[in-house]
Amino acid sequence: MSTAFEYSPDADRIMSVSLGPQHPGAGHFRIRLWLDGDIVVRADPDPGYVHRGEEKMSEYRNYIQNVPHLERPVILDSSGILFAYSLAVDQLMNSKIPPRAEYLRVIMAELNRIISHEYYLGILGLFVGQTTMITWMMGDRDLFIDLGARIAGARVTFAYIIPGGVRNDMPKGLEVQAFETLDWFDKRMDEYEKMFFRNPLWEERSRGVGVLTREDAIRLGTTGTVLRASGVAHDIRKAEPYSVYPEFDFAVASLKEGDTWSRAYVALEEMRESVKILRQAFKNIPPGPVRLKLGPQPRVPAGEVYARTEAAHGEMSYFIVSDGSPKPYRLKLGVPSFKNLPAIRHLLKGLHIADIPPVYWGLNYWPVEADH
Amino acid sequence: MQPTDSDKNGSTNAGQKPGLAKAPLLTPAPSVIEAGPSVPTRRPSLAPPDASRTLDMADEIAGRFPSAKIDYVRPRRIKVTVPADKIKVVALYIRDALGFDHLNVVGGTDYMQQGEFEVIYFVGSVSTPGQQDLVIQLAERVKRDDSPKVPSLTEVWGGAEYHERETFEMLGIVFEGHPDLRRLLLPEDWNDIPPLRKDYISPGR
Repeated sequence: MSTAFEYSPDADRIMSVSLGPQHPGAGHFRIRLWLDGDIVVRADPDPGYVHRGEEKMSEYRNYIQNVPHLERPVILDSSGILFAYSLAVDQLMNSKIPPRAEYLRVIMAELNRIISHEYYLGILGLFVGQTTMITWMMGDRDLFIDLGARIAGARVTFAYIIPGGVRNDMPKGLEVQAFETLDWFDKRMDEYEKMFFRNPLWEERSRGVGVLTREDAIRLGTTGTVLRASGVAHDIRKAEPYSVYPEFDFAVASLKEGDTWSRAYVALEEMRESVKILRQAFKNIPPGPVRLKLGPQPRVPAGEVYARTEAAHGEMSYFIVSDGSPKPYRLKLGVPSFKNLPAIRHLLKGLHIADIPPVYWGLNYWPVEADH
Repeated sequence: MQPTDSDKNGSTNAGQKPGLAKAPLLTPAPSVIEAGPSVPTRRPSLAPPDASRTLDMADEIAGRFPSAKIDYVRPRRIKVTVPADKIKVVALYIRDALGFDHLNVVGGTDYMQQGEFEVIYFVGSVSTPGQQDLVIQLAERVKRDDSPKVPSLTEVWGGAEYHERETFEMLGIVFEGHPDLRRLLLPEDWNDIPPLRKDYISPGR
């Protein structure tokens, strides 16, 4: 990747530096930076270090075999990525999901949203110098992983939401543990707010840093917390209600400033809304079966479908073309981190090097997901 | 009930008058496809969504651009296939007149037996009230030869840049007018045909 920049008359002044892929501050991801002093004059995100060819792999496996490997790109939010997949396959097969399964799907998706946001805020805090943030968040995150593990039987990679419903029912009496955790977590989130979001040090590092205007956020096609922190209250759960989300009472968190602080705060508010949804879901969950009997190799009628959901990182979408065979003819993954790539390049330009971590991690970017 | 049998039921000819196109546009049971769960309707929003908005929109596109072929209309989705040389005009119309301002994703499919590639843009709208649940799927077909070329839509939706780079890399389709068409995800020493083409077989398969 040679550019005219390196051989320009300014070449002795402009230095090109790789941030990543081994740098602990970038994840499995490289950003090529052109620096003038410590000012970024140009940034070129270079994903692909963890590309595993998920889309090609899907063409070799049937619709059920695709479940466990499709959640690998986002192990933080493994239900978020499978929810959209199951929705797409359900629509192709025209299957009616039992109500209890829909509730369990929502419960798992919201647990995973909290798990993912905790991780996001923890890492963001770590790279801004708020080390308390990561210790708190990682510890609290485990309570929700425990809840998920009691439902699904596995930690982190739950593989719980599958076409036709969910894999198994939740254990009896789980509500007790869930309500205990949620009650405690409600108070804990107020502590987060006092400890981190109203902390002068954290505010100084994140307020007004990496401002993405509303127009740019829409033009660049960003999604998730990035889009909502820039003043666009767009959440697929409300905009295009799927599953049983219309039955729940919750709000879409949105702020106008578009800086790193707002992006993090939107994530905190979303966790509060998730807690609300979880309470209602655990309270109102109807009895009944939790999955349809599809068999190990379901027949999916020919056709194509585009389904999208609001995952923790943003809008997760699948485009599946079926030719009537047991395997998808084409499966296109639309992952939120990939959609936020243009925002990285746009925001890093003109920043000081010291502002790169808060802006980059503030975007809730997950390299493995973007590389799928 | 074929959910997506677009060719038999959903397609309309380019020259049809908008009013006439209305009846055959709707696929037989689309409300079930988009209706979501079969739980008892406790709130009105759980009722199957209404297809009239997308039907009107499809009529509008079909009326304005005779070369556009409406593949299917569902309550929340419209698929339009246009010739590659017209796609930019249609895209600008969709963005400016219909208010679809947010590019979701760009996909590409290799229809090897038909000798064609399909490039498809999924466009939603985030700031136009009342149509935030709609997605227009703007597709174009290009011959499957040595150098398939289509115009780039990065000027219409800035977010298309990385999606088009991915499609270029995975299917070998060149986007003309793209500001920075380079490979994106594959290893730098990749020395084979683009991997998402159907004649590429993964190692060990």
